[in-house]
Amino acid sequence: MIYAIASGKGGTGKTTVTASLAAVWDRPLTAVDLDVEEPNLHLFLNPTTEAETPALMETPVLDTERCTLCGQCAAFCQFKALSVMGKTLLVFQEMCHGCGGCLALCPEGALSPGGRELGRIVSGHFQAAGGAQAGFFMGRLRVGEAMSPPLMRQVKALLPKTADADILIDSPPGVSCPAVNAVMDADCIVLVTEPTPFGLHDLKLAVEAFRPLGKPLGVVVNRAGIGDEKVQQFCREQNLGVWAELPYSRAVAEAYARGEVAARVVPEMRTATLALMARMRDAAAASNSGEVHHA
Amino acid sequence: MKIIAVTSEGPKLTDMVDPRFGRAGGFVVVNVDTNETSYVDNGNSQTMAQGAGIQAAENVARAGAQVVLSGFVGPKAFQALAAAGIAVVQNVENMTVAEAVGKYKRGEFTVADGPNAQAGGNKG
Repeated sequence: MIYAIASGKGGTGKTTVTASLAAVWDRPLTAVDLDVEEPNLHLFLNPTTEAETPALMETPVLDTERCTLCGQCAAFCQFKALSVMGKTLLVFQEMCHGCGGCLALCPEGALSPGGRELGRIVSGHFQAAGGAQAGFFMGRLRVGEAMSPPLMRQVKALLPKTADADILIDSPPGVSCPAVNAVMDADCIVLVTEPTPFGLHDLKLAVEAFRPLGKPLGVVVNRAGIGDEKVQQFCREQNLGVWAELPYSRAVAEAYARGEVAARVVPEMRTATLALMARMRDAAAASNSGEVHHA
Repeated sequence: MKIIAVTSEGPKLTDMVDPRFGRAGGFVVVNVDTNETSYVDNGNSQTMAQGAGIQAAENVARAGAQVVLSGFVGPKAFQALAAAGIAVVQNVENMTVAEAVGKYKRGEFTVADGPNAQAGGNKG
């Protein structure tokens, strides 16, 4: 099963929840940081790094000797990565989305595939519940690179496909392409929020964005008690399960500041995380055994 | 024959210079010798998610302009304009198109040797 830990609002505690789940997970596990613009799960899970490889996107490289300036590639490109100006075909590597259309179209064979580095993919292992070894993957976007979904897709392609191992995805915040990309393959989505007007506002956006995916959705209210009850009220109205209410606690903040996993050092976090894990598994199992399967 | 293109908020000489290049409303194209003017709408660039500056540069080149007067030109647009041999005058703003053309004719502008804005500076 694949579980995505997501949120609308940033800073609600996705990584705290993901790291806590990873620390108590008592089945074979791979943890993945898909928040490639600012990955931080590794700071808490302390994985050993076994490989760090560049992730490349196929972009066109021009052979000016062969180019006749016919402009077919430039006319095709929807992203202005190619432009005929005067007697030059300009190639803007950073604009390219890697579709390969120009490479296929060029009648002169003047464009060949090159690579723009999207970022790095780190893989390794960390110590999960009971001292078991668990897999770890992380994407880290290159500074200056604007497109994170292509890197995320390459990280996802590396994940184990075995049915008996679970995957926990630490997703990027928001509800745009990167966030949807992180949750779209999951069997179950956990939305971490906080009981404030900001948390509620962005939770609504997240529910609106992710509910059409047709996957089980549950809510974790982090820092419970600091605001009001409107998040819980919204969840009741929307028939969304509140799978955990995590305490607003100085001990959790101190653990975070030391780079420690909250569920390992704060007993009430451990209890709440175990209960959350059980609810996630129930929801994913119920959904998977359902009679109706959507394509 | 010298043709200049001025980024503009509207089609007339009395319209204000649009300081944006890639996302300009349009270009008032002026033949400096004959004072003939025409207008090139830049709406197709304004709606692009990315590459507006490059698209705008193509629009300007297609209009036959040899000089662009604008406020801020980003690096890719600048490179595209340079490749087409189009000179760029930057930091032109807070004046009408006619005033900008007048200043150009009197030699009060200098041609830029590099971009003065960041990529995607007027996205949104």
